[in-house]
Amino acid sequence: MSAHATEHGTMNLKLIVWRQSAPDKAGRFETYEAKGITPHHSFLEMLDVVNEDLIKAGQDPIAFDHDCREGICGMCSAVVNGVPHGGHERTTLCQLHMRKFKDGDAIYIEPWRARAFPILRDLVVDRGSLDKLIQAAGYVSCHTGGVPDGNAILVGKPEADYAMDAAECIGCGACVAACPNGAAMLFAGAKVSQLAELPQGQVEAPQRVAAMVRAMADQGFGNCSNHYECEGACPKGIKVKFIARLNREFTKALFLEKIGAISTVKAASAD
Amino acid sequence: MRLLSDSIGRKVVMAITGLLMVLFVVGHMLGNMSIFAGANGINTYAEKLHGLPVVVWATRLVMLTAVLFHLVLSIAITLENNKANPTAYAVDRRLRATFAGKNMIWTGLLLGGFIVFHLFHFTIRSVPGMEIVQVQELSGRFDVFAMVAGAFGKGITALVYVVSMLMLYLHLSHGIQSTFQSVGLNNPKTMPGFVRFGSVLSVIFLIGYGAIPLAILFGLIGK
Ligand code: HEM
Ligand code: SF4
Ligand code: FES
Repeated sequence: MSAHATEHGTMNLKLIVWRQSAPDKAGRFETYEAKGITPHHSFLEMLDVVNEDLIKAGQDPIAFDHDCREGICGMCSAVVNGVPHGGHERTTLCQLHMRKFKDGDAIYIEPWRARAFPILRDLVVDRGSLDKLIQAAGYVSCHTGGVPDGNAILVGKPEADYAMDAAECIGCGACVAACPNGAAMLFAGAKVSQLAELPQGQVEAPQRVAAMVRAMADQGFGNCSNHYECEGACPKGIKVKFIARLNREFTKALFLEKIGAISTVKAASAD
Repeated sequence: MRLLSDSIGRKVVMAITGLLMVLFVVGHMLGNMSIFAGANGINTYAEKLHGLPVVVWATRLVMLTAVLFHLVLSIAITLENNKANPTAYAVDRRLRATFAGKNMIWTGLLLGGFIVFHLFHFTIRSVPGMEIVQVQELSGRFDVFAMVAGAFGKGITALVYVVSMLMLYLHLSHGIQSTFQSVGLNNPKTMPGFVRFGSVLSVIFLIGYGAIPLAILFGLIGK
């Protein structure tokens, strides 16, 4: 046990974890003890401790996604007591610390659940459907060849800030996992808004929004009912104003197409 | 791009048809308030209104279209959403979703049922067991006041109307603010205002409409 454990007093927790050996196998909840957890452990480190015990006991460790462990990659993903990433403001699961829990707590740990995110194993889901949305969104027209001058295209400070706010999305999929409709509108809204705000992204803006909306349906995501659960769960503070922007961009593109101001927008299927 | 099958196209249609119905709900409530001016009040209002058949029938046509589009799309959307999120979490904890928001399809379907019932009750006047005694004033003018007062004198009828208005309240306490997001007008600055506007307006509907059956049932008007 680490030095912290003796310094701060440790806690023992009861974990109720979703275990599923393969995508097509039935899953079930299993109960585990997490012993000797310090307040400094992150949630993922707490799972590491449990997994070490499981491995020592000759059992299968709990599979979970992770990479950077510093809140920037978007890999970590589990629903903790009913809320993706555990429900603390602007906190990914890897940045959720065990000081938020008390000795003796029972913690339910489940994978993201949505039709578009099939479970691969335990807490690991396939989020390839989000990549499909990005693919459908296509490209941004820009000059290639010689390195362009840094300030050749001027972008105002407010526009740059707005685009940066949208670009904070790390693609974790918590918004989909939190949505009662399994919709990806916050993710798509952030991408569409980020690009539609900038001169480079405006060229293909109508095509992009049409393609992303169609791809969301193709990938099995649901529709938006304006519950705003996504905003509540997003670890990066992405606001639903970007969904309003998505709706606006879609309506604008549809109008321009119907009056013939732009050519028919063909939304290619993402597959 | 498609208005009636792309997700956001349908959302915009839901919002516009919803808003059209809200406009009607405002007008209908203001008209109904004439009942508090007594029999002469509402009967004069009814007579004037039916003296404008073009307005009446244009409104009916627009409302019929709005209700049908709203109804069909809402069922399609809800079925799709249930399919997109088939598995519930073991712990049911929501951060932002409200009871009203989560039950839009049920409050909506009950409202749809109420609209049909209400038309058969007071417009077509042929609900079995709730037949309206058709009365006329001495002048020969149709007595709306007597019809309404007679109907709401019965506790069960008043209850059906009050419960339906509770459904309207729930539906619109989520629905009104929701339309602003659907058509893309929302941002962090405007949102609190839209939410407040929706809450206030839906409470006004609840009180305004709910007061009529209750006032009659408890004998405050109609005597
Ligand atoms: C005829 C029966 C009705 C049904 C089945 C119904 C159903 C629904 C449903 C399921 C939604 C949410 C859709 C979603 O998930 O995005 C909704 C939204 C809404 N409804 Fe209804 N409804 C009905 C009648 C009404 C009436 C009579 C009004 C107005 C007086 C109304 C006003 C609204 C509004 C304003 C919204 C919000 C639209 C938006 O989110 O943009 N509805 N309705
Ligand atoms: S919008 Fe937020 S919750 Fe959704 S994928 Fe991006 S960072 Fe994750
Ligand atoms: S592991 Fe990278 S964000 Fe959590």
